[in-house]
Amino acid sequence: MTHEGTPKTAGPRHQLSSRDLDRFNECVLPYLDAAHNLARYLLRDAHDAEDAVQDAFLRAIRHFDGFRGVDGRAWLLSIVRNTCFTRLRASSSSENVEFDEERHSVEERAPGPDVDLARKAATESLREGLDRLAVEFREALVLRELEGLSYKEIAQISGVPIGTVMSRLARGRKQLLLALGSPRSKENG
Amino acid sequence: MLCEDALERLSVFLDDELDPLVSREIQRHLDACPKCTDALTDMRELAERLRSEMPYYRASSSLRVRVSESAWRAASHSRGTNRRTGATARAWLGAAAAVVVIVGGTWLITSLQRQEGLSSIEREVVSSHIRSLMASHLTDVASTDQHTVKPWFNGKLDFSPPVSDLSRSGYPLIGGRLDYLRGRPVAALVYQHRKHFINVFVSPGEGAANSWTPPRNQQGYHVIHGTHDGMVYWIVSDLNSEELSAFARLLVTDGERGQTR
Repeated sequence: MTHEGTPKTAGPRHQLSSRDLDRFNECVLPYLDAAHNLARYLLRDAHDAEDAVQDAFLRAIRHFDGFRGVDGRAWLLSIVRNTCFTRLRASSSSENVEFDEERHSVEERAPGPDVDLARKAATESLREGLDRLAVEFREALVLRELEGLSYKEIAQISGVPIGTVMSRLARGRKQLLLALGSPRSKENG
Repeated sequence: MLCEDALERLSVFLDDELDPLVSREIQRHLDACPKCTDALTDMRELAERLRSEMPYYRASSSLRVRVSESAWRAASHSRGTNRRTGATARAWLGAAAAVVVIVGGTWLITSLQRQEGLSSIEREVVSSHIRSLMASHLTDVASTDQHTVKPWFNGKLDFSPPVSDLSRSGYPLIGGRLDYLRGRPVAALVYQHRKHFINVFVSPGEGAANSWTPPRNQQGYHVIHGTHDGMVYWIVSDLNSEELSAFARLLVTDGERGQTR
């Protein structure tokens, strides 16, 4: 198993050799989009997400000597999610994290000539449901559905056992289905 | 198997992450239980909707520039001052973060020139692309009208670059500017796709053959090189390779339809 682990806090290095830079550009930088997407869903705010990703990259550069394996995505995403969770903890201690309609409104997705309103509303409630989930559940769902990662990879990124990933996904999906009021899931509780 | 046990494992079953033995047991239960089959259908539909309806938030061009620049800066820093202490380095990084973008651009170019081994025209293309975004010097002539942009190059270049109107295909023209590649002046045409910019560097080419390379990843950007109709093209963007390839095809076919005149 090629678990790269999270970066060590001891002995950070602030520079990259030119070989490191090439490796960084090759193994880590290509996952900038994945990093940003994850941060955007975790923090639910465009500006915070950009800040967090930038912080996370500075940390990744500083701790690049801790990167041993080949899976730059898992390594980077683990730094990004830790950066985001630290921010969330800091902000929740000063203010209650509540759902804010304006802040979390669904971004416009290039509308066709005749936008199907019902469909748009359904997408909006899906987004709202996702945003209202506990952040750990949302994280698991984004990594699974949008990033297409395996349970093992998600476990590695989130720093939890695979069993925890299983239950987070199961509970996240159940809650989301209940929130969306799917007729079949209602019957099944 | 009871419904209760099956329902508990449906999510893992859906993701195909169950032990094959358990998976077969669940399948047997599902074959006999419409209620649990419905629950699985719900879950599968939800997964499909999340994938298809939720936006994938790609990083903006400016974030990509900032992040690439941090890495470059860390690399150029290490070459000059390997023995600095952590505290000094931290202070240096802090100060560097405050440096205005134009100075940052100069840093970038300097550090690029120091790259051993990998220095190539691709790197220069990417560097020009980043510099154009950082220094807010994307265009000398800002216009979405090809009939404004094309004549602007008259007298500035000894050739007339093809300029296309691809706005209907989702790649509107933003403008053009004079740039340099390998020390010679080239036309830089700027197109946009959603929030991403595309730089197209054009100069007259030696080879008449029309050939295009597939997109290559260079520091997280995609670069396409090609020759067409006596012109040499370097196309660079942080768009993904499919979208950039589609753009390159449009650029060429538009030129062939003669809409650039």
